[in-house]
Amino acid sequence: MSEVDYADMQGLVRFGYGQMTSALYALVRVKNSDAAKRWLRSAPVTTAVAQKPPPKTAMNVAFSAPGLRALGVPESIIAGFSHEFWAGMSQESRARQLGDVGQNAPPNWTWGSYGHEPHALVMFFAEPDQFDSFVQNSRDQNWSNAFEEIISLGTSNLDGDEPFGFADGISQPQIDWEQRLERPTTQSEYTNVVALGEFLLGYRNEYGKITDRPLLDADAATAGLLNAEDMPAKKDLARNGTYLVMRQLEQDVRGFWKFLHEEAAGNLADAAQLGAKMVGRTRAGDPLVSIQAQPIPGTDPRTVTQNQFTYASDPAGARCPFGAHVRRTNPRNSDFPEHRPSTLRKLIIMLGFGPKGFYDDLTSSVRFHRILRRGREYGSELLPEHALQPGPPNEPARGLHFICLNANISRQFEFLQNAWIANTKFSGVSGESDPLLGNRESIPGCPVTGNFRIPGDGALGRRISGLPQFVTVRGGAYFFLPSLRALRYFAGAA
Amino acid sequence: MTPQSNFMVLAPIIPEREAELRELLDSMNRGPGQVDPNNSLLPFAEFETLHFARFVILDDKTTEDVRVYGLAPRSYPLYLAFLGDFDGDVNGFLGKLIKRAGKGLGKIFSCCQGFLPDTDLLDWMKQHEAPAIAVYVNWRGRTVRQIREEAALYDALLSHIQKQAASLEGLEPQELHAKLRAFVNAEQSAGRLKLSKEGPTPIGWQIRNLAHMIGFPLAGLLLSPLLLVIAPFYIIALRRLEKSDPVVCPVADQKHSENLSSFEDYDVTNQFSAMGSLKPGLVRLLTTTLVLKTVNYGARHITRPGRLGRIRSIHFARWVFVAGRERMIFCSNYDGSVESYMDDFINKTGFGLNASFSNGIGYPRTNWLVRDGCLDERNYKEYLRRHTLPSQVWYKAYPGLSAVDLERNTRIRRGLEMSSMTNEQAREWVALL
Ligand code: HEM
Repeated sequence: MSEVDYADMQGLVRFGYGQMTSALYALVRVKNSDAAKRWLRSAPVTTAVAQKPPPKTAMNVAFSAPGLRALGVPESIIAGFSHEFWAGMSQESRARQLGDVGQNAPPNWTWGSYGHEPHALVMFFAEPDQFDSFVQNSRDQNWSNAFEEIISLGTSNLDGDEPFGFADGISQPQIDWEQRLERPTTQSEYTNVVALGEFLLGYRNEYGKITDRPLLDADAATAGLLNAEDMPAKKDLARNGTYLVMRQLEQDVRGFWKFLHEEAAGNLADAAQLGAKMVGRTRAGDPLVSIQAQPIPGTDPRTVTQNQFTYASDPAGARCPFGAHVRRTNPRNSDFPEHRPSTLRKLIIMLGFGPKGFYDDLTSSVRFHRILRRGREYGSELLPEHALQPGPPNEPARGLHFICLNANISRQFEFLQNAWIANTKFSGVSGESDPLLGNRESIPGCPVTGNFRIPGDGALGRRISGLPQFVTVRGGAYFFLPSLRALRYFAGAA
Repeated sequence: MTPQSNFMVLAPIIPEREAELRELLDSMNRGPGQVDPNNSLLPFAEFETLHFARFVILDDKTTEDVRVYGLAPRSYPLYLAFLGDFDGDVNGFLGKLIKRAGKGLGKIFSCCQGFLPDTDLLDWMKQHEAPAIAVYVNWRGRTVRQIREEAALYDALLSHIQKQAASLEGLEPQELHAKLRAFVNAEQSAGRLKLSKEGPTPIGWQIRNLAHMIGFPLAGLLLSPLLLVIAPFYIIALRRLEKSDPVVCPVADQKHSENLSSFEDYDVTNQFSAMGSLKPGLVRLLTTTLVLKTVNYGARHITRPGRLGRIRSIHFARWVFVAGRERMIFCSNYDGSVESYMDDFINKTGFGLNASFSNGIGYPRTNWLVRDGCLDERNYKEYLRRHTLPSQVWYKAYPGLSAVDLERNTRIRRGLEMSSMTNEQAREWVALL
């Protein structure tokens, strides 16, 4: 098993750069590929090597498929990346799958609609006092010659909350950097440790396989690339790189709190409780189900009180509704609907004679659908009590620049977005998609998708109806976040 | 109980008429993947016993794959398949179909070989019938009518609960059950809700079903001495093949893949048709036949309603040999998007998938028939995508309802038919609402 080379990896894979609270995302198109390569050659791209003291500035860069094309990367190489990356997020069929219809439809986006994809995403991070000079110095003469800026997305620091006012960034998968994990073919307990190959290309994933990626012939141009682990005669362009998914998600913070406040008959504390049911955590970030005594592998010891739980103690969803955002996006289950079944029991379950309750065993095993979230907020803070007042005219928007990293966009991000967030039939629910993110558009045979059901414990639960759309997609694209070696290869590409 | 049946008409298309046929089929849609249920050629919606139907042109792009066995690819005619799943027996359904849509069907089939202006439609369809080797029905006996009535019941209950929230709040599960039961009874008496009684099970079907239930294992038992003798040779031969059979899983063509996507994800349910050639040789043919007959038997007599193994998202599925024993098609109707369908398959019933599909040329390498194979996730997904065919026309009788929705509604209805429940039963029942 090979050691990972942090020096070959962009820092974002390993760090969220939390202490660098200022950030800017520049979405650019390549004007002049030679100038772009010149800029790339001198760009101070930050690696994943841990530094002491930690750096005060960082820069990472990712390319879309049209971007690689614009740099002069041959089509045959681009075709080696995944279908999703190649085709892009804003293609019509894909948009339909992701729930990007109605207001969310790509033709309405501010950036990234079909045919107008950005070529590259350049991410600047810095401590506030260094930020302006850092960004200015990076956008030098080469930069202006090389790129046309489509849009530069600023971010804001809300002290760990997202704009609705809930703590974010609490739960992340723990990457198996040392590749110690022996992956059994089936896993009968939830674990937060996830195979390296789920987040980094060129390594073994949860299936014990290495994902498809461009493998090049060894020659002078590719001499700087690493050999492929599974095909040592080939050069692995993607190794130590990964895919980066970006979506600009505008949040209607006033609409959110206004709705909750009305549903809670004007009581703000009840409104916050209702909001917690939708998120699946309280505003402070505490889970709605109790913490278990038994440790969960890969749980950061510092976050045990907020992360050492599964939903096994809440099979009816009476504490945390099935439809809550965090229960949809991480159902914390394993490959089997029962805790540590015997071999015989496994066989019985596999043949379809396991638990027979309506809600049993409806959700896919989560270990194949984890993502590493790296997004940042934008817009100013708006506390719930202030959100109830009408906003000033032309109020600047608020939201989340959602960014996630994954090695298989279709099985990770797209599955999450499609089967778990947008799906109106998730886990036996009906007529509701994600309470935060749903587009509320009707689908054939289901005029209503804006419900949210809070199951009761043996009693009738509560079904809230008429949820407005709280989050609107304003842009999005799929990028490849290359290794440092691959960046050098691109910078030298013919 | 009214059992479900199916048909599949399979006929070679006259090459010069292919474009015309495609146009005709397109004219039945509002857009790709979105049928007009009342289209004038075949107004599907008028057939109240029809669950699903589709027209697929079997444009199998993988026939060249036999070259990996040193065989010359055969040039097959291009086939049109028309298939459906419905309540009741085949003759009755085809009769109704022809009576109401004979003209439109004639127009479509006239693009196929051997269909002349004076051809008798029923005879022709019967002649071109392609029987399935294995069939899966999510819930045997549940009719379209029952599905619709139960969906209306669910909607009525929800809106009643919404309106009466104050008076229902805080009730114990058993009280709640009694109250809602009274409400439904009243609605039925007032004629606002209808929950038809199950029809009688046809005697002929019962006899055939029993014969099948006993016959298949009996045949196995009678043949067992022979099977025992053959088994070691068979196993050695199969293992040899498994180790040497070439794997053909090139990345699916981007255009093909995008074309498929343009037909998908309009409804909560999607259609799936996949076609390919079987690996050559008797061992593979025997394996396929035996595995699929077993699947068929299990699906018919053993599985729990609503489930195929652990999978609860398939409405109907079938495996059919295409004209001869060389090629096969698998057709299903499943909930969710194709990525989640494939993941569900890999993670929940990989063994079944391997056993039934690994006899197709190029399938990712299996071990002992059921192991590995599809666990080679990327290869398997490319393999499946490459073998998938777009369905030119696809109809579903109950848009917006997933198989799990249907199960919920049936469970609610069954609960209502119980005059009393234990507290535990009532809790489970209330959780469905
Ligand atoms: C504006 C949009 C969004 C908001 C306001 C939002 C908010 C939140 C909040 C408050 C949490 C709880 C904090 C935590 O567990 O770390 C959370 C968790 C999470 N969200 Fe989102 N989210 C948004 C979009 C998305 C999207 C688009 C995805 C994926 C496609 C996503 C995936 C997740 C995941 C995977 C978790 C962690 C769940 C867990 O591991 O328990 N979120 N989100």
